[in-house]
Parts: sequence; structure tokens; C-alpha cells
Amino acid sequence: MPALPCLSALPFLAAIGLNHYIAVAAMLFAIGFFGVLLRQNTLVIYMSLELMLNAATLAAVAFSRYNGTMDGNVFVFFIITVAAAEVAVGLAIVVALFRKRHTVQVEELDALKN
Amino acid sequence: MTDALFYLFSTLTLAAAVLVVVNRNAVNSAVFMILSFLGMASLFVLLEAYFLAVIQVLVYAGAVIVLFLFIIMLLDVRGGDRARFRPLTAIASFAAGALLLTGVGLLFREPSLQLAPPPSPGVGASLRDFGALLFTRYLLPMQVTGFLLLIAMIGVIVLSKRFEAARRDPAA
Repeated sequence: MPALPCLSALPFLAAIGLNHYIAVAAMLFAIGFFGVLLRQNTLVIYMSLELMLNAATLAAVAFSRYNGTMDGNVFVFFIITVAAAEVAVGLAIVVALFRKRHTVQVEELDALKN
Repeated sequence: MTDALFYLFSTLTLAAAVLVVVNRNAVNSAVFMILSFLGMASLFVLLEAYFLAVIQVLVYAGAVIVLFLFIIMLLDVRGGDRARFRPLTAIASFAAGALLLTGVGLLFREPSLQLAPPPSPGVGASLRDFGALLFTRYLLPMQVTGFLLLIAMIGVIVLSKRFEAARRDPAA
């Protein structure tokens, strides 16, 4: 598919390359970052954390593809495994916290403050 | 064709991620996260990492989100949270996010990063290579990961059980 000459003047609309995937990964990371910092519900914070992890995963897969090696893919396999274990433990902690304090809002979880 | 699909799926992923963060209701957030993960799996397919795309759908969209929904409904948290952003936190996070995006935006000006198109048969396409790597060069990480899963399972059981024991003790 030939690229339109007027579009190739813009760097963003060139043929899809590694940069585009990295840009998407960075935007996804930034979105997750905002979620972690701005939300107050522990579960939503946790979901945003997963988004950030996924952004790193996407970057690793893109680097692996453009490097022509399998290693990035294997790393992502391990990352997904560890993330699954991490989610299980984290949610167990949230449940234990909720049983103890009857809230999941981080504003009210200030037992260690001062 | 691939370019159009890339824009479609990346827009889907990013829009769903924004909706995860903005949504007031945690259940809606979890459902939009499924959409985000599906878009991510499609991006993996575009990167010819087919096995990882399948794993992404199975593990994330399947197991992790079901666990999240289960916990959200178990805790029955009403109404999400109040829209009280600390102004300082908001300013700091937006500044940090802007810095990150600026740094990545500078990548587009760097000609050395405009890499040549990747080798035509994608490396992630071959499941046989994947298995061979996992059982040769990455054998030790593989074993450690299995052990980590065992530890996580025991940890979750202990975390869930301890409260019952602590509660029963004062009564006894």
C-alpha cells in the first residue's frame, strides 16, 4: 500500500514502526499513572497498576518484534505469570483490609499516618 | 491495512484505559478493562506474538478480571469514590505524565530509532521456539516462576485464613 506523500511529511503518520508502539505504551502507562495517583478506590488503583504493567508488556513485545529475537516474548510470558500471582495476593490483601477497616478508600486507610 | 488496524486497536486500548480510570463505578471500570486487554491482545497479534495474545485474553481478560469483578461484588463498594482530587497531587501527576509523553514524543524526531522493518516471519509466531527457549535458556526462571506461583497460592490462603483464626482466639 503506497503511502500518500502528504501524509509522509508528518512523522506520526509514517508507516507503523517501533516508535508507534512505544508511543501507545507510553500513553497507556501515563493513563495508568493518573489512575494510581488520582483515584481513591483501592480496587481501581489496582486496576490502573495492571494497566501500567500492560504498557510495559506492550513495549517489551514491540522491542522483541523489531529486534527479531524471542527473548522479549519470553519475558512477557513471565511478566504475565507474575502479574497473575500478584493480583491474587493483592486482592487477598484488599479483602483482609476491608474485613478489618470496612473501607477500600485510600483516604480512610491512614492508620500509619503520623 | 495493518496501519489502519494498528490505529483502530491502539485507539480502542487507550480509550478503554481512559474509561477505566475515569469511571465512577468500579464494576464499569473492570468491564472497560476487559476491552482494553482485548485491544492489547489485538496489538500483540499485529506484532505477531500470537501465543502472548492468547495468553493475554486467557489470563488477563479471563482470570484476572473475573477475580477483580468477584472481589468488587464481594465487597459491595457503593458509588465508587468522591471526586476529591488533591490539587497538588493532580498538578504533580499531570506534570509527570506530560514529561513522560514529551520524552516519548522526542522519539519521533530521532532518526536512528526509525528501525528497518522487522524480519518477515515473526519470531513470536512459532510456538515450538517458545517452548524450546522456556526449557533451555530460561529453565531456571521457569522453575522460579512455578515456585513463585506456589508461594502466592500459599500466601493467599494464609491471608484469607488468618483473620478467621484471630477472630476466634479472643472468643476462646
